[in-house]
Amino acid sequence: MSRAVLLGAAWLVVAVLFLLPLGTVFAEAFRHGLAFAVDALREPDALAAVQLTLLVAAIALPLNTLCGLAAAWCLTKFDFPGKRALLVIIELPLTISPVISGLVWVLLFGANGWFGRALAAHDVQIIFAVPGIVLATIFVTFPFVARTVMPLMQAQGRAQEEAAAMLGAGFAATFLRVTLPDIAWALLAGVLLSTARAMGEFGAVSVVSGHIPGVTETMPLHIETLYNDYQSAAAFAMAACLGLFSLFTLAIKAALEWRLGSQLGTVR
Amino acid sequence: MTVSLSSVTQHYGGVPSLHAIDLDVRPGEFLALVGPSGAGKTTVLRVIAGLETHYTGRLTIAGQDMAGVPARRRNIGFVFQNYALFRHMTVAENVAFGPRVQRSMPEAAIQARVAELLELVQIPHLAGRRPAQLSGGQQQRVALARALATQPQLLLLDEPFGALDPLVRKEIRGWLRALHARLGLTSIFITHDQTEAIELADRVAVMQGGRILQLGTPDELEAAPACPFVFQFLAPTITLQGIVANGEFSASDLPVPPFAVTAPPGPASLLLRSHQLALVAGGTEAAILLIRQAGPVMHTTIEVAGRVLEVAASDTRFTAGQRCGLIVTAGKLFPA
Repeated sequence: MSRAVLLGAAWLVVAVLFLLPLGTVFAEAFRHGLAFAVDALREPDALAAVQLTLLVAAIALPLNTLCGLAAAWCLTKFDFPGKRALLVIIELPLTISPVISGLVWVLLFGANGWFGRALAAHDVQIIFAVPGIVLATIFVTFPFVARTVMPLMQAQGRAQEEAAAMLGAGFAATFLRVTLPDIAWALLAGVLLSTARAMGEFGAVSVVSGHIPGVTETMPLHIETLYNDYQSAAAFAMAACLGLFSLFTLAIKAALEWRLGSQLGTVR
Repeated sequence: MTVSLSSVTQHYGGVPSLHAIDLDVRPGEFLALVGPSGAGKTTVLRVIAGLETHYTGRLTIAGQDMAGVPARRRNIGFVFQNYALFRHMTVAENVAFGPRVQRSMPEAAIQARVAELLELVQIPHLAGRRPAQLSGGQQQRVALARALATQPQLLLLDEPFGALDPLVRKEIRGWLRALHARLGLTSIFITHDQTEAIELADRVAVMQGGRILQLGTPDELEAAPACPFVFQFLAPTITLQGIVANGEFSASDLPVPPFAVTAPPGPASLLLRSHQLALVAGGTEAAILLIRQAGPVMHTTIEVAGRVLEVAASDTRFTAGQRCGLIVTAGKLFPA
């Protein structure tokens, strides 16, 4: 009885907080018909926004994966001075407001920033350009891989790595054959989570992008621009597209788990 | 393969965990490291393995200085306390891991070696299983086969029998001893079970507080313990406090007749095993509480001077409820 009540409450929350808004987005997007929605997405500015979003995600994804793994490895498998400080710093992007995450780059690389003059002298533009957007995105999404992988690596300890060392395995063999297979699921979850976040990031990117339609607008920024221009149908079409990306990411994760679940063993 | 540690000292967070350890392991020896938890047994093993690198002193293996030689280049077999099997690999893959990463032989030879090793540890039928599907004893055998796969001459075992139930434990340790001899290994194993050390090892090193208190054969340790701790650690002990005077030890805390000793006068303690206290008729000092036959030995529980003691006596003259006297037949004297 109480179980049914709890389950019902959980589903109610899911329905009201998640399914209803998502449904609204799609309903609004297709209010004027599928053709209109497709046309809205085929606008040059819209296409550019989709391209930029995918490009940023494509750059952030491998970097986040590599750096997140390296950080997690260092923090869980070794002891060194300053370890606690590093643990706190890694979480900083999660606790700090995204606006500030964007603002730091402006302060560093903007026209009046610390390195602004030097960058301008060499004709390098970071702020109000793609590099700034990539930097801001990576900053915001960095903790996801490390944070999802670390608890598992922590729990598994160093025994298997030490066993591998005793059997003659070097760093690469140990990492690829022992550590990585053990954390595959957590890593995948972290990568997908950070990718979804990278595509959807608004605050930090908004500060560094300069909102130049067709050049430095990612999908979330373009949605805002459209909405502010009273093109709500086009805005919702774009929002539906972004929503689909997220659902697609989730679907990949579910499919991989289902397909590879038996091969990779029971470790999740 | 000789292993030699000379004045190896290790500090862990400012607290010394090993104090100037000197240890010489002879080729072909089966050596036990025993001691209470926190004695530094595992640290000694890890220093030899190369997993612990922050220490001062000198370690040589087969005469070669091991400073700067990483663990993976030492070719030492290591059986970890909880086996540390690779979870996502099958038994066969676990065993094949060493030869595969070392690329020391072709794949066909590796397969043959794995089959041979699984045969050796008597689990060929489990080759396709994953560690999670195995019992503790089976995991132990896999860990051993994996450690032997790279043909080490030195085998280190950290509490190899710790996680096994008593019957399996007994079986595996006899089998391990035979394997050690058959493969001509030099082995060092850790145990906190002194009986196990005495039964298995050629020599036993008793450790406490980061020091080796004594190293010797089980007989040597029993006959000439270096300190009370060694004697007490190796088997159940009855301790008597007293004074030595005129070549006799007089106990102050147990009503026994003086016991002849050769020691300078002064306060001392006499340590004895349960069979070195005998019951004698005619006395009334001790009350017999319980007599039990356990295997070949008769265990008699007595109460004397407010203490309850276990005495091993093959004496059949007494029954529970009787009173009797006590005499000391042998013991080790340590000046207080």
